[in-house]
Amino acid sequence: MATTNPRNTTAPTTSRRAAVVEVEGLRKAYGGRTVVDGVSFAVEEGEIFGILGPNGAGKTTTVECVEGLRSPDAGRIRVAGLDPAADHEKVTHLLGAQLQESELQPKLTVREALELYAALYPSPADGYELAGRLGLTERLDTRFGKLSGGQKQRLFIALALIGNPRIVVLDELTTGLDPRARRDTWDLIEDVRARGVTVLLVTHFMEEAQRLCDRIAIVDGGRITALDTPQGLIGRAAGATHISFTPSEPLDDAELAALPGLASMEDKNGRLTLAGTDDTVNAVVQLLVRRRVTAHQLRVTDATLDDAFLDLTTT
Amino acid sequence: MSATPTPAPAVPSASGGSAPARRPRRAVLRAETRLFLREPGNFFWIAVFPPGLLALLGLIPTFREPDPNLGGVRLIETYVPVTVLVALIVSGVQALPPVITGYRERGILRRMSATPVRPSALLAAQMGLHGAAALVSVLLSLAVGRIAYGVGLPEQVAGYLLALLLAAAAALAMGALVAAFSPTAKIATAVGSVVFLPMMFAAGVWLPVQAMPDALATAVGFVPFGAAAEALGQAAAGDWPDWSSLGILALWAVVLTAAATRWFRWQ
Repeated sequence: MATTNPRNTTAPTTSRRAAVVEVEGLRKAYGGRTVVDGVSFAVEEGEIFGILGPNGAGKTTTVECVEGLRSPDAGRIRVAGLDPAADHEKVTHLLGAQLQESELQPKLTVREALELYAALYPSPADGYELAGRLGLTERLDTRFGKLSGGQKQRLFIALALIGNPRIVVLDELTTGLDPRARRDTWDLIEDVRARGVTVLLVTHFMEEAQRLCDRIAIVDGGRITALDTPQGLIGRAAGATHISFTPSEPLDDAELAALPGLASMEDKNGRLTLAGTDDTVNAVVQLLVRRRVTAHQLRVTDATLDDAFLDLTTT
Repeated sequence: MSATPTPAPAVPSASGGSAPARRPRRAVLRAETRLFLREPGNFFWIAVFPPGLLALLGLIPTFREPDPNLGGVRLIETYVPVTVLVALIVSGVQALPPVITGYRERGILRRMSATPVRPSALLAAQMGLHGAAALVSVLLSLAVGRIAYGVGLPEQVAGYLLALLLAAAAALAMGALVAAFSPTAKIATAVGSVVFLPMMFAAGVWLPVQAMPDALATAVGFVPFGAAAEALGQAAAGDWPDWSSLGILALWAVVLTAAATRWFRWQ
């Protein structure tokens, strides 16, 4: 009801470029246990922003505060300029949410759920089209209680999108989906973004974050430990590019050790595995050419977000 | 509020206004009505069992003979208000709490919190439906009494309706309070059953209030359904119910509603 926010009257409005979700200094504790400890980030209009972190890192609590389902203990949240705690109803018109651990009435059919939730919004999306995109057309007359875990998940994704939201928050988007459904869901999310919808994605699934996200905040122990593009995060991981090959003739150890950016080196029955950076790769190739050595079964595996993630989180 | 037909707004995204806000609540009510009718067990115990009980009791010959202990009134006549109250108690205290608690336990209320509609719409729909099913049961009981056993319809209609309304409010609020204190649907069913028996006793299922010893009748008169039984009995006989009975009933309805509102958790 009130438009004043007693918690934060001094915070200056940061003029980031078209930030549609702003979180500043968010704190939340349950019974003395701090779950979110000073999280700040801003999601720009039209981007897919990932929150990645181990279990219990405070990801879900953070987005539940953004959704207005929980009130922060401290900090300032704005969704399209609105405070989700004070202006909850207005925010629900703009923001679609897929929640963790929520269900529907067991005897409600998929069709009825889509119709019900469509009726809650002023200008809803086409529920049948969403059902089709999510592979639920065959299940329209199935009751919620009879759906498989993956089908329930897909229905909740449909319900998150049914209000034609400007921002959609997806908590554990593809948990419980088989690889095919997962890829279809990713395609759908990319289409949604292509229509200008901002996506806030909570995940602990690296491949998903790397494939979808423009930027990722890595959350650990209630704090953001890194915030960057996927490539930027990967670049921070030390020794994450692996080069392995079996040289036709032995190479000089000293020369190898002098390679730029080399993090580690291993020789297993004549097969070398070097960990380093892009510079290391270039230098290895030049070395092989110079020494006229053939590299059998040469493999260069890129660093993945996994490596970066393990580097940037403690657990 | 106003019945003036207004053209549909060209830009439906504008929030606010009472007319667009009604459509979501209607959709919730429609969905919940379907779900309510998909639970035939609840509907049976609320709407079919109490009038059925009345029909069975009437088959016992002594129930149809004037009882000198009741001042010459037939026992079956005192059982019409009793079965009316049984319907309200089954509906409010037995059927309603596990539904509401289940909605909270399963995160259904939480999911609705993330939409423009408040989850209270779900509770309002469920309470309304349970109240409506009880009303169907009341009409069936009155019909069974009238048609099968020649029990006169309530003569003081306004007084009867007022007592009925207050009793329904007390029953639904009692159910909401049970739901507020029960973490799971199973516990709600168990707590509901514990509350159920004394309420049935007070309503006069085992011994109609009119046949109770004075001290017991006085005590029972302070319990919501004991007061309701007295008020319904008086109104059925054509008298305006005692204000003390109506007052006690109203007080219970208010206190139970306030308590349920105070302690109910949405998640």
